[in-house]
Formats: sequence, C-alpha cells, structure tokens
Amino acid sequence: MPNMDPKKCPMPVQDPDVRNKNFSEVALGYTAEMAVNEAKRCLHCKNKPCVSGCPVGIDIPGFIAKVAEEDFEGAYEVLSASSALPAVCGRVCPQENQCEGKCVRGIKTESVGIGRLERFVADWHREHFKGEPSMPVSNGHKVAVIGSGPSGLTAAGDLAKMGYKVTVYEALHTPGGVLVYGIPEFRLPKDIVRQEIDGLKKIGVDVETNVVIGRTLTIDELFEMGNEAVFIGSGAGLPRFMGIPGESLNGVYSANEFLTRINLMKAYKDGSKTPIQHAKNVAVVGGGNVAMDAARCAKRLGAENVYIVYRRGMEELPARKEEVEHAVEEGIIFKTLSNPIEVLDDGKGYVKGMVCQEMELGEPDASGRRRPVPKEGCTFTLDVDCMIMSIGTSPNPLIRSTTPGLETNSHGCIITNGDDGLTTREAVYAGGDAVTGAATVILAMGAGKHAAKAIDEYIKSKNN
Amino acid sequence: MYKILEKKALNPTVTKMVVDAPLVAHKAQPGQFIIFRATEDGERIPLTIADYDREKGTVTIIFQIVGAGTMELNALNEGDCIADFVGPLGTPSHLEGLKKVAVVGGGVGCAIAYPTAKKLHELGAEVHSVVGFRSKDLVILEEEFEAVSNRVVKMSDDGSWGEKGLVTNALEALIKEGNQYDEVIAIGPLVMMKFVCKLTKEYGIKTTVSMNPIMIDGTGMCGGCRLTVGGKTKFACVDGPDFDGHQVDFDEAMHRGAMYRDFEAHAREAECNLLKKEVE
Repeated sequence: MPNMDPKKCPMPVQDPDVRNKNFSEVALGYTAEMAVNEAKRCLHCKNKPCVSGCPVGIDIPGFIAKVAEEDFEGAYEVLSASSALPAVCGRVCPQENQCEGKCVRGIKTESVGIGRLERFVADWHREHFKGEPSMPVSNGHKVAVIGSGPSGLTAAGDLAKMGYKVTVYEALHTPGGVLVYGIPEFRLPKDIVRQEIDGLKKIGVDVETNVVIGRTLTIDELFEMGNEAVFIGSGAGLPRFMGIPGESLNGVYSANEFLTRINLMKAYKDGSKTPIQHAKNVAVVGGGNVAMDAARCAKRLGAENVYIVYRRGMEELPARKEEVEHAVEEGIIFKTLSNPIEVLDDGKGYVKGMVCQEMELGEPDASGRRRPVPKEGCTFTLDVDCMIMSIGTSPNPLIRSTTPGLETNSHGCIITNGDDGLTTREAVYAGGDAVTGAATVILAMGAGKHAAKAIDEYIKSKNN
Repeated sequence: MYKILEKKALNPTVTKMVVDAPLVAHKAQPGQFIIFRATEDGERIPLTIADYDREKGTVTIIFQIVGAGTMELNALNEGDCIADFVGPLGTPSHLEGLKKVAVVGGGVGCAIAYPTAKKLHELGAEVHSVVGFRSKDLVILEEEFEAVSNRVVKMSDDGSWGEKGLVTNALEALIKEGNQYDEVIAIGPLVMMKFVCKLTKEYGIKTTVSMNPIMIDGTGMCGGCRLTVGGKTKFACVDGPDFDGHQVDFDEAMHRGAMYRDFEAHAREAECNLLKKEVE
C-alpha cells in the first residue's frame, strides 16, 4: 500500500538566517527513514510518465522501488546505468519541469520527491560503497572530449565504459566546468564534483587541465594525435553585458567573473588570495539560476541588501523554483518588472547606484512569456555599490574560429545534425550549452549521452 | 606541473624564468600571453610571453614582483614546478609587412616589447627601439634590444642611464628627425602608452598598444578584462591584448586596473617588507 501523504517529505535545510552567512550546503539531505517513506509515495504507474520527462531516461520507478525495499546500493545501480552524475543531478536539476512535473501524484497533490531521492541514493553510495569500479576492456580506439562540464563528463564516462580511451581537455586548472566555477558550494559541494571526476579517472579517463582547445591545441591536432572522434562540450562561457552607460565602472561584474572568483578561486574562504569586492548593497540583473547563485553569494559575503532586478514578474523567473524560494528565505529582495538603464558613477570610477525603468507585461512573445514593456516616465534609482550582470552567456568563439568546416548559427552556437550531435565536420560531435546556448546541467548530460552513442556507432561502422 | 629550468633576477624586482611547457612553446607567437598559478591555492595571473624555444619546449617569462601571486612565483627556484601554466592565449601581434617600426618600451613593459622587436627584426623590418626606465638599476634586456634593433634610444627618469627624460620626448625627436614609421608599438605603463598615443595621433602614425588588465580565465569567460576600444566593449584576453592605441579609453583602463589596489597592497604588506621599494 503506497504512502498517500499528499505532501513530499520536507527536505531538512539549514536555517535561512544561519545559512545566509555561510557557504555550507543549504539542503542537508534525507535520512534513510525519510527516503524510504518518500519512496513509498510512488504509485509505479505503468506508463512511467516521469521517465519521459528525464533527459537521460533514468528508470525512475525502478530506482525508487529499490529505495522502498531499503536496497540503496541496488537503487544506485539503476541510477548509474543512465546517469553519470546522480549526486549532481539530484541537487541541480529543475525537477519541477522534468520528472516531477510529469508525476501523477503531482496532479492533485505534491509529486514524489524524485530529485531528493536521487540525491539520497547517490550520497548513500558515496558514503557506504568501498569497492573499486571495474576497468572496462579496451577496444583500442581513442576519442577526445573538449570541456569537463556536464556534457563532456557524461560523454567521457559513457565512452570509457564502452572501452574507448578517452582524454578530456579542460582550459581551467580544475575539471568540472560550470559545476566548479559557476554553481556555488552551498548548492553543490565541490567535493562531490571531485569524487564524480575521480570515479571517471578510475575507469581510465584521462583529464588534461590547462589545455585551451583553439589555442594550445586545435581540433585538427587532436585527430593527428590518433583520436578517431572529437566531442565538443565547451559550454557557453562568454558573458553578455547590456550595453548601458556605466557598465565599465569598478563594481560591475559579469556573474561569471563574480562566481568564478568565489567558487573556482575560493574567494569565499577566509584568507583567500583572490580579491573580491565585499559590497554593502548589490544588484544582480537577471532572473535565472545563475542570478540566484550570484545574489545568494553576495549575501553570504556580507552584503546588507541584495536585489534581484528582473524585467518580468515573479511568475516568469526562469530559475529553478527551489532556488527562488531559498533566495526569498535568505532575504534577497526581488525588484521584478524593473530594467536597468544606467549605472551611476561615484565620481571616482566606482558604482554608486543604478537607474531602473519600471516595466509592465504586454502580449506574449516568441518564447511564450509575456513581453515586458517600459512604463512611460517611471524610473527609480537603487543605491548599490556593486552590480552583477547575469543576463545570459553565449558559446566561446575560440573553437569555431580555429576549426575549419565547423559551422555555427547567428548566436555562435555549433550547428548539429539533430539528436546525435554530429556537427558539420566529420567525426566531430558537440553537445550541451555549446550547441543550445546556456541551458541546464541535465540537458547537457543528455546531449553528452546521445553523442557518446553516436560516436560509438560511427567508429564501429568506420572500422567494419 | 611545469618545471622551472632557469631563474635569474634581472633587477631587484624583476625576475626572468625559463619554464618547461612544450605545448605552449609549440604554438607561442609574439604578443600572446600565458596564465600561471604558482601554487595550488594561488591566484591566476596573466603574463606576456617574453620568448620561446619550440625545439627545447621552453617558454620564457619576465615578471615584476607586484602582488601576492608574483611573490609566490618568485619564491620558486630552478628545479621547482609551477602548479599551472596555460597558453598561449590572446591574439598574436600582426607584424607582417611592416618596413620601419618604432618599438617603445617602458619599465617591465620592455619584457613584452622585446619579443616584438625581435620578431620584427627577423621579418626584416628596420627597428628603432625607445626604451625607458626610472633609473639605471632597473634596466633590463639592454643587450637583447641592442641585438635586434637598428637603433636603440635609452631614456631614464633621473638621467642615470642614457638620456634624462621620457620615452615620448625621445620618440618625438626621432619623428622630427624625419623618420617615417609605418607603425609605433608601445608597451609599458598605461600612462606611458596613453601619452605615446597622444603624440603619435598628432603625427598621424598608426600605434598599437598591448593591454594588460585584470583577468581571471584568459579565454573570454569572465569579462573582467573588458576595455572600451573605439566606443565598443572588448575583452583583452581574446580580442587583444594588442589594440589600436588611438581607440583605447586609457582613463577607464586606469580606473579598472586600480580596482583591487587596496587588496594587493594589503597582501604585499602582509607577506613581505622587502618589496616596499618603488618600482616601475
């Protein structure tokens, strides 16, 4: 008999007034008892709508059944058959739009806490499983993967399991991509990312840091080195600015710079050698997950007032629901229906304020969201000494400008042949944000997975 | 890890290192830079490549000890390893086709100006080098400049080396002598580059400068290195570091360069009292 509690078992979290002053993980995770109870809420629908909502197609009722039976390692085996990074996905996936959004229990009450269960199982495995993964049998073929973010790691893991010798090239000094430089410690502890990458190394994946493809090596050279295919998972790292007056003042950061200083360069730690502005009043422009991360980091660095400035309304915020709720609880102030039009100079080259235009929502635009239009004559000034631009990123031009035959669209995104990720160059595949523009970790993982399969088929057909 | 094969103090605050980095050496060209982290928890710091040897797989860097990161690097010795050393980054200088060039270097900027002068010399251009230092004991690369230049004009602020005066005085004198330069390449402190550009604009001579702003990743990701060039926002790491000097907003670049000055000063004082010497 399933557990018919209409609500999800709540996730234990750090108290908002405590956590907004530290960088430790906000959500503390289910206990085994909570996990088993939550797992029993699953109705085991025959048509499994949740699985259709998962970009990597995890057998969700399958792993949940194992949790309900208290076979946590068995649950992990089901998860890891489809997902290379379950501890990461359980924490950062927008489940409300994916698996949980399709859950039958969610029609009248709350959906099953699939993400929370996924996280529990992955954490349980990491803490309890002491064995070594078995080394796959080599098939003698080499593949290069560019970028060690979610898509690259997924492609690398899947290919390594098939027997390929995979080398992952990373431009920065630490592998992990956005999982390391972008997503903060309090949402995704870096130890977890490191352990996931160590797991890949144990099955034979080589990770070369400090190699910028397009500069240190080119894609043509990767083929000369004996790789039979290349997967590009270089992400979308080029920050956008608004082009408004005052954007070059000191105290205006891209979210990428602000978060990289804090996460990758550890500016959040006492005694860190990385300089960062400890501002008193901070405005973060944008409404996505990155904006929430930047705002919550600014608060933790000691800012008194942190504003999210977003041109649409609360309903339209593109961020994951839980991140918005956490931000509100932590005291982030939402200035929605507001659009910055100028950054003010204190006379010494530093930010002293930001002029915003009030907006209202008009007709829906191409994205289906109601288009924000300026409210004539209504502006206001926010007194801030720091402004963080989080209005999106586009793919880095380095690879496309150094790879003959690799075509991109007008946004700089690599053009691929549908699901398998084949680019306009033979044997070169791509996936994740480099193809879609800034999106989610799980979509990038899905793309890495599909490309790994396509690369395997390509190399096998070529050698037959 | 990247082994230090050779280390030499060029003056009390400027050090030269030859580093084993075959992949970087294989691709390096004048005008490009590397980013290093001396130790595992150090800062990422950009440095222009001073020289490279493709056969030996080595890259030479010359740096001034100005903050915690360069201090950490300077604490390493021959045989030690630098934790991270990535490159070559940035767009190479466009030097082909130039027949007669004035290369203006100021202070430690001479370390960047030298490979440019050398490459121009190899390409067969007539090179006039104008190099300036605050005083004689801060001079670097004197013989190297002599070897690759048709003419070297030496300047110092206090007159203890070469002529007393600024590099702009010397450059103007060369122009007035009737030297017709295809291009002036100026590399040094922002204020020096600003005034070289002001001068060459009056004479209508194309001028290229090498910008060295605050930077983290060096691949176009952080936007910290942004500059206004010709009214447009440019990223020094991927669009540069070379830019048309007549288009660069130097005053803004100077403001942006001072963003973390207090933090740097604090780090310097916290670590070492030896470095409180005035340097340039």
